Amino acid sequence: MSELLRDLGPQVLGVLVRRGADFAAAEDAVQEALLEAVRRWPEEMPDSPLAWLIRVAGNKLVDQQRAEISRRRREQRLHREPEPGPTEQADDTLLLLSRCCHPSLSPASAVALTLRAVGGLTTAQVARAFLVPEPTMGQRISRAKRTIAGERFDRPGDVRAVLRVLYLIFNEGFTGEVDLAEEAIRLTRQLAAATDDPEVEGLLALMLLHHARRAARRTPAGEVVPLAEQDRSRWDTAMVAEGVAVLQAALARDRLGEYQAQAAIAALHDDATSTEETDWVQVVEWYDELARLSDSPVVALNRAVAVGEADGPHAGLRALEGTPADLPRRDAVAAYLHEKAGDHATAARLYAAAARSADNQPERHHLTRQAARLRQR
Amino acid sequence: MKYLLLKHYRSDHEAAPGGIAPMDTWTPEEIDAHIAFMGKVAADLKERGEFVAAEAVSPEGTFVRYDGEGRPPVTDGPFAETKDLIAGWMVIDVETQERAHEAAAYLSSAPGPGGRPINEWIEVRPFLGYPPGFAE
Repeated sequence: MSELLRDLGPQVLGVLVRRGADFAAAEDAVQEALLEAVRRWPEEMPDSPLAWLIRVAGNKLVDQQRAEISRRRREQRLHREPEPGPTEQADDTLLLLSRCCHPSLSPASAVALTLRAVGGLTTAQVARAFLVPEPTMGQRISRAKRTIAGERFDRPGDVRAVLRVLYLIFNEGFTGEVDLAEEAIRLTRQLAAATDDPEVEGLLALMLLHHARRAARRTPAGEVVPLAEQDRSRWDTAMVAEGVAVLQAALARDRLGEYQAQAAIAALHDDATSTEETDWVQVVEWYDELARLSDSPVVALNRAVAVGEADGPHAGLRALEGTPADLPRRDAVAAYLHEKAGDHATAARLYAAAARSADNQPERHHLTRQAARLRQR
Repeated sequence: MKYLLLKHYRSDHEAAPGGIAPMDTWTPEEIDAHIAFMGKVAADLKERGEFVAAEAVSPEGTFVRYDGEGRPPVTDGPFAETKDLIAGWMVIDVETQERAHEAAAYLSSAPGPGGRPINEWIEVRPFLGYPPGFAE
């Protein structure tokens, strides 16, 4: 039943919001309706659970509004009735997502609100997924709702902002009771079904093509396994095939964007049986394309790795020259290229430096171990 | 009783004159053994119902203090030459101080070069708790 409620909650919220209800009030009403469903459904399951929830949440909303109106009257203020309802065509999923990912929200707030209001997770689940106490997460969500209070919710906003938030959720990395990567894929799928934008498909393809490698990406003890050393037989070939199909459909529409380009690179990796078999020349071409779309030093850094494979480590090191010295992971990339060029002492020194500045424990261990491996020789 | 276990890395360690060699000079197998042991300590404490939380922290940080209304905070550091770095912390909830010390010693027995325990100092600090609920 909790699965069912999780699916239905956001749908109910979408309906109320599309009818012009205040987002924060509607969210509270939906939560109350879900609680009531938990209490009452075990005894008597309604014929149409969705209709039941919409009715009950709608009643809660009216109760709230009555209480609110009388409170405001007491405060001698005028209450302005909501304007007539918005267009029915406006899609609920994009509508909800674009409000949860509103540009006035910090990334952490947008992520939390999205997972709760659209993902249908409880505050406790979101809190556990980000390893913070439940009241802290509850407060973060309440503040986010207050920040966007007063915004009208009848027109979808910027889909780019939504994609950034979904990408953040996917990249969070933590896997516990709630698998955030899978949650991000689920939400992106919903968005792809509801919109007509090849970049949404591009992001979905990118997620699938990365997620397909998950089983090979860590040792059982949680240590990082780099792409070159992964056991590719453990990649999820069905997921790769789906990712490639989604990507091809997106590319066919000839409106290239960053996510499609990144997905194309991921597809080239997923397509190869080993690092040696990888079509590095094409990978470099896609990085060139990506660099035209976004002037990001991270793209330049990853491009240098590909150049190192396509044209040799010295070419890779030359490609690295233009990137900022304090760029995260730059030392690790330089170390890799120096090792390929045969300069083990420099490589070991750079791996050790990269380990010191790594911002997470598995990466720090991996880089320390790389330095140690070279110093053994 | 809850205790904070602070994992120090001290370069003036008496068990290893001149300090313990930096981890990137160990063999990869020694690094793996050390990390596996750390995982085992946490797993054992969880199994006993004594584990509360643990995090590793970056060895370098910044000192920060207030500098008056409307002024940006004063920062200092990082102090790379410091003799005492905190590498991480763990919080445990145990019955006695003796048990807290036993757990800390276990953590300190993590293997280093040659598989020998590195005998790092673990600082054990009891939490100041709440007054008892029925303390009339």
